[in-house]
Amino acid sequence: MSEAKGKTQGTVQTTGHAWDGDLQEFNNPLPNWWLWSFYGTVLFAVVYWIFYPAWPVGTGYTTGIMNDITFVDSQGNEKTTHWNTRALLLKDLQEGKEALLTKEYMDRIADAGYAEILGDAEMMAFTRSFAKGLFGDNCAPCHGAGGAGVMGLFPNLADDDWLWGGAVGEIEATIADGRYGFMPPFRDALDEQQIDDVASYVLSLSGHEVDTASAARGKAVFQSDTGGCYYCHTKAGTGLKSQGAANLTDQIWTIADVPGAESFEEKKEVVKQVVSNGVERRMPAWSGRLSPAQIKLLTVYVHELGGGQ
Amino acid sequence: MASSQPGPEVLYQARIPVYPRSVKGRFRNLKWGILTFAYGVYFLLPWLRWQRNVGPDQAVLFDIGSRRFYLFDLVVHAQDLFWLAGLLMIAALLLFFVTGIAGRVFCGYFCFQTLWTDVYLFIERLVQGDRVARMRLDRAPWTANKIVRKGLTHMLWLLVAFWTGMTFTLYWGNAPDLLVEWFTGTAPFPAYATTLFLTATTYVMAGLAREQVCTYMCPYARFQSVMFDADTRIVAYDGTRGEGAQGRHRITRELKTREQRQARGVGDCIDCGYCVQVCPTGIDIRNGLQVQCISCALCIDACDTIMDSLGWERGLIRYTSEKELAGGRSSLIKPKTIGYGLVLLAAIVGLVWSVGHQAPLELAVTQVRQPLFVRLSDGRIQNSYELHLANKTDEPIRVAIMMRGLAGAELDVGKLASVELAPQHSIKILARVRWRSGHRRKGARGFQFDVIPQQRQEIGMISGPATFYLPGGEH
Repeated sequence: MSEAKGKTQGTVQTTGHAWDGDLQEFNNPLPNWWLWSFYGTVLFAVVYWIFYPAWPVGTGYTTGIMNDITFVDSQGNEKTTHWNTRALLLKDLQEGKEALLTKEYMDRIADAGYAEILGDAEMMAFTRSFAKGLFGDNCAPCHGAGGAGVMGLFPNLADDDWLWGGAVGEIEATIADGRYGFMPPFRDALDEQQIDDVASYVLSLSGHEVDTASAARGKAVFQSDTGGCYYCHTKAGTGLKSQGAANLTDQIWTIADVPGAESFEEKKEVVKQVVSNGVERRMPAWSGRLSPAQIKLLTVYVHELGGGQ
Repeated sequence: MASSQPGPEVLYQARIPVYPRSVKGRFRNLKWGILTFAYGVYFLLPWLRWQRNVGPDQAVLFDIGSRRFYLFDLVVHAQDLFWLAGLLMIAALLLFFVTGIAGRVFCGYFCFQTLWTDVYLFIERLVQGDRVARMRLDRAPWTANKIVRKGLTHMLWLLVAFWTGMTFTLYWGNAPDLLVEWFTGTAPFPAYATTLFLTATTYVMAGLAREQVCTYMCPYARFQSVMFDADTRIVAYDGTRGEGAQGRHRITRELKTREQRQARGVGDCIDCGYCVQVCPTGIDIRNGLQVQCISCALCIDACDTIMDSLGWERGLIRYTSEKELAGGRSSLIKPKTIGYGLVLLAAIVGLVWSVGHQAPLELAVTQVRQPLFVRLSDGRIQNSYELHLANKTDEPIRVAIMMRGLAGAELDVGKLASVELAPQHSIKILARVRWRSGHRRKGARGFQFDVIPQQRQEIGMISGPATFYLPGGEH
């Protein structure tokens, strides 16, 4: 390749101008391939102006002659527009191969009952992959990507405890209409000793070893109109589903971080905090934001997370 | 353009045109045979139909969309793609092995570049005539005759290039449908891009670049030379016989018979130049082993033709080795060839065994890691797993999902404890495992998922390992 010497140069062309008597400049023209590539790009640009949006004109722009993208906008109106990538994306989201395949599954899900979906491995697999996105967009900000929730704030959806019921109908109602969970603060209604006693009793319900005298006093407050705890938590302590009241007899704690507390005193302290301060939690309704089919998918997804009821 | 002015410095050597002359002979016939076979396979294979219970009716189909490669009765799933690594390894080892023994056989007889260039040369000869006619035509002014001949050549080249690209594309979809879609403008974009790209490369490589591809672009050309030794078979000119003591000489009145020539110390080479004229890379084999030589053996055919016409023995140019040319004997049974051979054999056996033992049923277990575990209302711990089940057979299989290895654990797969796997289909199932660990047991415990076919007993149970995580352990 370096043997080009000798067979090429004759006299070298100059620009024909001499400075300081003898200072000249070589005229090295551009290589042809470069020049023709450049002309090609110029030609390309002209063709582009004709077909695609290109020049700003006043407050608008030239749209080009390709007015052929038809899509359905978010209001459901059919629109035809000049070439632009946003319309292409919308069109693809509605008519693309994957979109059609998704729609086919969505239609199947919309037509199927819960029992049918739960028994069909194919539909369950679709639900898991599709609803994972729905869950991530709508639910994960509070409940976490895997549905594990946040202690004290948002319930864990991956366990087998269901404040508002774990059957598919109940889960669907929760998602569609939202929930409002409320426990009044008792710091004014009960004195320090009574709150301490109620905490002892509550811990005894889930098998903790407590001062029996204190627990007995607490039971009296819990089961009578003094505290009135049983209105929602029932006399057995298992909780009324209609109120979203926690089952106090199981090992799951969603407000007071009992499993995370080291000593018994600490456990009692976190329970006392809840009794004193009360609880107020609100989950918004999703029926206006999500379609019935999407709520159905999320219902099945959440149901499957913890095993459901 | 200014470049036609005298002076601009040229940064690369202009290609010296090569006008290979046609030749007949045993190697040419062999090469036509290989070419016909290779073209037959390549161009017809996408059209071959194949009976399958499940899947497309095309014998060879690389279906990217459904992540399956169909090769006759073999269905290669995405998980089997390491076979491709095996195949590439075998191809590389075969190249090493063959090159170590017989030199650049691949280049000369099997390489696409050689095959397609041969076809392009054939077209060129058909339209423009043989070497001398082509040289004359190139020098001639642009008359109507030249325009027609040149234009026709390039059109036929483009046609071959297009069909080459089209055929390659047809391997990736149902050939009859894809072809119709391609011409009606409804094929996917990659089909157009692939076809047109390969059309362009075929046309440029085989029509315009030709021997420059082998000399300047091809890495194999360079590293195959590394595997050469003095025993490797090469196409070589027998200088001792050809040159004699006084060098080669054309046939003249005084130097006609072999006896006359030998008496004058002149070799057998009559310097007719036929071997140079037929060379597709434009070299003179009499200058010895050169990097440009693709071992196509056409110069052997050319020289043999001349020797036959003179009534002298063949083999002035022949397959030989450097050792033999120096008067020695070459041996092919050497540690290098034996080593390559053994490794090649091992790779082939390994691949064939692996393909022959393709699992009919596959299970892959993925742990759900968010949350890694949850505490249940009765104090037990729950872990979740995604089971990926693949049925690689052509029949549906009903399987039961079980687990073992954790005493007292409960497996919950919802309503899917027994599930039907469609033929050539895979599915993902979420499994939850609940286990009450003793107080002192912390950390992680291994166990197994079992997938048990409930009919078709010849397909055995398959297992997949999994780990159960407990709170407070080292993860």
